[in-house]
Amino acid sequence: MSKTRVIEVEPVTRVEGHGKISIHLDEDNNVQESRLHIVEFRGFERFIQNRPYWEVPVIVQRLCGICPVSHHLAASKAMDLIVGVKKLTPTAEKMRRLMHYGQIMQSHVLHFFHLCSPDLLFGFDADPRKRNVMGIIDEKPELAVQAVMMRKFGQEIIKATAGKKIHGTGAIPGGVNKNLSIGERDFFLKDMEQMKTWSLSALDLAKNFTRDNFEKVGGFANFNSSHLSMVREDGALDLYHGNLRAIDASGNIIFNQIDYQRYYDHLMEEVRSWSYMKFPFIKKRGHLDGWYRVGPLSRLNTCGFIDTPKADKALQEFKGVTGGKPNHMSLAYHWARMIEVVHCVEKIEDLLNDPDLQGDDLVAHGERQEEGVGVIEAPRGTLIHHYKVDESDQVTFCNLIVSTTHNNEAMNLAVSKVAKKYLSGQPKITEAMLNHLEVAVRAYDPCLSCATHALGQMPLTVELYDANNNKIDGMSTAL
Amino acid sequence: MNATIKFRIDGTQVVTKAGLTIMKAADNAGIYIPRLCDEKGLEPQGSCRICIVKIGGQIVASCTQPAEDGLEVENDTPEIRNYRRDLVKMLYHEGNHLCPICEASGRCELQAVSYYLGIFQPTKYPYLQPDRPVDASHRDILLNTNRCIRCGRCIRASKTLDGKNLFGYIGRGIHKQVGVNGENLANTDAKVGDAAMALETCPVGCIIQKRQGFFAPIGKRRFDLKPLGTNSVKQQKGGSEQ
Ligand code: SF4
Ligand code: SF4
Ligand code: FES
Repeated sequence: MSKTRVIEVEPVTRVEGHGKISIHLDEDNNVQESRLHIVEFRGFERFIQNRPYWEVPVIVQRLCGICPVSHHLAASKAMDLIVGVKKLTPTAEKMRRLMHYGQIMQSHVLHFFHLCSPDLLFGFDADPRKRNVMGIIDEKPELAVQAVMMRKFGQEIIKATAGKKIHGTGAIPGGVNKNLSIGERDFFLKDMEQMKTWSLSALDLAKNFTRDNFEKVGGFANFNSSHLSMVREDGALDLYHGNLRAIDASGNIIFNQIDYQRYYDHLMEEVRSWSYMKFPFIKKRGHLDGWYRVGPLSRLNTCGFIDTPKADKALQEFKGVTGGKPNHMSLAYHWARMIEVVHCVEKIEDLLNDPDLQGDDLVAHGERQEEGVGVIEAPRGTLIHHYKVDESDQVTFCNLIVSTTHNNEAMNLAVSKVAKKYLSGQPKITEAMLNHLEVAVRAYDPCLSCATHALGQMPLTVELYDANNNKIDGMSTAL
Repeated sequence: MNATIKFRIDGTQVVTKAGLTIMKAADNAGIYIPRLCDEKGLEPQGSCRICIVKIGGQIVASCTQPAEDGLEVENDTPEIRNYRRDLVKMLYHEGNHLCPICEASGRCELQAVSYYLGIFQPTKYPYLQPDRPVDASHRDILLNTNRCIRCGRCIRASKTLDGKNLFGYIGRGIHKQVGVNGENLANTDAKVGDAAMALETCPVGCIIQKRQGFFAPIGKRRFDLKPLGTNSVKQQKGGSEQ
C-alpha cells in the first residue's frame, strides 16, 4: 500500500468565516483525496427550541454576521404562515423586497471587490502581498471607492428598512414594522444614477475577466451538476419569492414550480462522518447523483429571464456563452453575481419610485397555523427555514438548510478538481498553488460562519502528514 | 400644615413641600435620579439601590429617604456613578440578557439606565447565565424570568393595584427569583389588562404580552425617542465609563 501525505490548508482566507482544506497525497505527491471541512452553526436548531415564534426572525440573525438579513427574511416568511398570512400587504412585501435587494447588492459587492477582485485583477498566483484588498486600494483606488460606496448604499437601505444595519427588526410575522418615509426615499433616489453606472461597470469587469480568460475559466473547477433555485411562476428570476425549480446538467427540468412548503418531499440531507455540514441531494436522483449547486450561477441557469431590462440583457449574453445550456464554470459565479447586482439596483430604483412604500397598512392577520416554511434566495443561494410552533406560541421544531450547505458537494468537487490539476505530482507545494484551491472555494462565496475579520491578515497554515497521519512538514504564510 | 423645605442636590437648590422622598422632590424639580425598583403608583421598595445618593457621608436610597430641610445631596458624582454602574452590571451577570434579540430592547429600563450610565459593553467577569424555563402557558402573557431583575414591581402591582397577588419571591439569596403563586400563569386569573402585566410595570423583558414583540420599529421605541435622564429640565449626564 502506498503511503499518503495530508496537506491541510487552514483557515481558508478571504472566505466569510473559517474553513479548512485537507489534501491527501500519496508517495508520488499525487492527490488522492481532498476535502473541505466547514465548521457550521451546529446546535442552533436546538437553541431556538421553546423560543416564542415572534422572536425567531430577530434571533436567527445571530446565525451569521454576514447575511443576517437573509435569515431575518426567511424566518419572517415562515412566521407569516404561522400567523396564517399567505399574502402580505403591498407595503410590507415591497419593504421586505427593498431590504432584500439592498442586502444582496451589498453582499455581492463585498464579495466581488474585497474578496475576489485581487485574484481576478492581479492573477491567482500574484505576490500574496499585493493580492489582497490593500493591493486594490493601492493600485485601483477608484474601484475601492466604488466598492465602499455601493456597499454603503446597500447597508443604508437595510438600515432604512430594518432599523439597523445588523440585527434589525423590520420584518415581523405577517408584515413589517415600518414604511419608508419620503425623506428616506429621496436620500436613496439622489444616488440612484451613480449606483446604476457603477453596477454596470462592475458587470463589465466580471464579464471581461471571464471572456479575456476564457480558457482558464473554462478549465478551472468546471464540472457538470444540477442546479436549484426559486423562480417566479412565469420562470423569471425572483430573489424574494417563488417556487422551486431544479434542472440537470443539460438543462432538463428535474422538478418545477414546487411549492417550497413541501421541500422535504424533494430534497434530502445526507450526513457524512468527517463533516459537520450535511450534504443535501434531490431525492428523486438519489444521494450519489442528486447533489446540485445553488447561488447566483444556479439562479441564472434555472431562470428563464430577468424582469428588469439591463440585467435581462446581461443574462442573455451570459447564456449565449454556453449556447443556452447551463453554465457549469465555478468562476462564472462572479459574472452571475454582478448580473444580480445590476438586477438589484434596477429593482431598488423601481421600488423607490413606488408610492406603496409610503403606505400605512403594514401587517396582515390570519388564522394561526402550526407549521411554516420560509424560503428566500439569499446572496449565496437558496435558504430554507422550517418551523413548527405549538399552541403556547413556542417553537417545537426547526430545520434550516443554508446556501453553503447546498453547495457542500460542489465546493468539495471544486477543491478536488483544482487540487488534481495544480498540485498533483508537484515536488514542492507553493503558496500560489494553494491559492488556486482557495480561489475555487471563494467562487462559491461560502459563508462558513460569522466572520467579519476575514478582510484582515489571516494566517494560512498548511500541514503535511504522512501515511500514518504524523505531521512531517509545515508551512505558514500570512496573506 | 403645608411646610416648605429647601435642600440641595449637587448644589442645585430644590424647594419642595415637606414629607416627600428625595427622589420625588428631585422628580418635581426636574432632576433625574436613575432607578429600577421604583415605579410611579407603587410603594417604594428600596431594593435595587440604583437610586443611591450620598448625604453627609452616608449612602442612602433616594426612593425611600425623606427630603429634609438643609440637606446637601450628592447625586451625579463620579463616586455615585461608579457604584451605580457596578450595581447595574451585576444585574447583567445574574440574569441572561441578550439585548439584540430581546423584544424589550428600546423600552427596557435596565438597558436605558445602562446607556445613561455609559455602560455599552459586557464586562469581563463570568456570567451566571441562568437557564430558567419560560412560562408560556398563558394565552396572552409570557414570563421569561431569565431577564428578571427582582425589582418586585410586578409583585406590588398585582397585590396593591390589582388585588390579585399573582407573584411572589421564591428562593433565597442568589437563588431568589420571582415566581407565580400557582402552578403556572395559565392557572391564575392573570389578564392582559392587569396593572401587573402592563408593559411599564416590568422594567425589563420578563413579563411580556404575547405576539406584540418587535412591532415598534427601531428609532420609535420608548427610549429611542426619550433616553432616560434627558427628559429632565436639567439635562444630566451619567457620564461615560472611564
Ligand atoms: S431585558 Fe433589557 S437588558 Fe435584558 S436583554 Fe432585554 S433589553 Fe436587554
Ligand atoms: S418580573 Fe419584572 S417586574 Fe417582576 S420582579 Fe422581575 S423584573 Fe421586576
Ligand atoms: S429605585 Fe430606589 S432602591 Fe430601587
